[in-house]
Amino acid sequence: MEYIEIIVATIFVNNILLAQFLGNCPFLGTSKKMETALGMAMAVIFVLVLAGVITWLIYDYLLEPYKLVYLRTIAFILVIASLVQFVEMFLKKSIPALYAGLGIFLPLITTNCAVFGVCVLNIDKELGFMPALVTSFGYASGFGLALIIFAGLRERILLARVPKPLQDTSIALITAGVISLSFYAFRGMV
Amino acid sequence: MAKSIAYEFTKGLWKDVPPFRLVLGLCPVLGVTTSLKNGIGMGLATTFVLLCSNILVSLLRKVIPAKVRIACFIIIIATFVIVVEQMMQAFAYPLFLDLGVFIPLIVVNCIVLGRAEAFASKNGVIKSTADGLGIGLGFTWALGLLGAVRELIGTGSLKGDVFGLIHWDVPNIFGASFEPLGFAVQAPGAFVILGLLLCAMNLIPSK
Repeated sequence: MEYIEIIVATIFVNNILLAQFLGNCPFLGTSKKMETALGMAMAVIFVLVLAGVITWLIYDYLLEPYKLVYLRTIAFILVIASLVQFVEMFLKKSIPALYAGLGIFLPLITTNCAVFGVCVLNIDKELGFMPALVTSFGYASGFGLALIIFAGLRERILLARVPKPLQDTSIALITAGVISLSFYAFRGMV
Repeated sequence: MAKSIAYEFTKGLWKDVPPFRLVLGLCPVLGVTTSLKNGIGMGLATTFVLLCSNILVSLLRKVIPAKVRIACFIIIIATFVIVVEQMMQAFAYPLFLDLGVFIPLIVVNCIVLGRAEAFASKNGVIKSTADGLGIGLGFTWALGLLGAVRELIGTGSLKGDVFGLIHWDVPNIFGASFEPLGFAVQAPGAFVILGLLLCAMNLIPSK
């Protein structure tokens, strides 16, 4: 029951893109086409869950016992960067089909604030191992959900006649604002 | 030579203002700009990291092997982010709490890595310093502007200070009958107001 609550809270109430503002660069960058949005969503879910678990283990079993907490930022970014590289190599070798699908999105994830942000949030909130795992999964799914909704809307906006100064990023941001507003309705659920 | 240094500095202030013209590094732009003081504080913290990383990357550009350059840049940036984190915890704790997770997140800010890769790794120290300072200050005024607009609409007044040095307090700019629009300081307002500001920027020709 506790885990269901976390999932609902992280996907809808505190959606990482629309309420916490993490990972907005890929949100705007990869949402022009549904296909790329799906690829990015899958890649983020995959890497974020792994990164959330590994950084949690490193923080609790390495940094904290040896009083190296101030090195958190540098340790986490190194873990994420090498994890992304490793996942890329592993997928290329063993699951080429998935690699072809995620391909170009994997390297981009290193500088995705959503991944790094969730790892830091897990530590800041002093979550246990299982809650941290579920939280990472929930945030990642929320990212995917928002990205896919947004990509669907943007494909439609292409067909609309938007005034010139509002075109492209400007109208995309206002659309994101409207989605964010609709996600506001979930407030108070958890 | 002197002219081109001035150019590297001023291009960041108007022609290439990061969040408006380049549309990079949007997370802090949306996340911390609930008030003018948060916007400026975040902007200055990013400027510091950008300036230091640009200088160091430029100094080391001939030493860093091309194949692992991104990893090297990230380590350099992360080091300065830790410096900022520790300094802010010591000297500007309330601001540090306000900005929260966005301070460590400077490490994955596309602008900082982007400048290291696109500019500092190819240019000399003086030019890179000018570039870092210019882009950083451009980022700061953009965050400040968005913060000021959101704070004004959301609360009706402007109030705050920068590291205890400069204070400002502008009460009820729209008069006493103004009803603050809470929407502006909440999440959806961030997207909509940034979108409208971008639209306003598009109306002004970039030349």
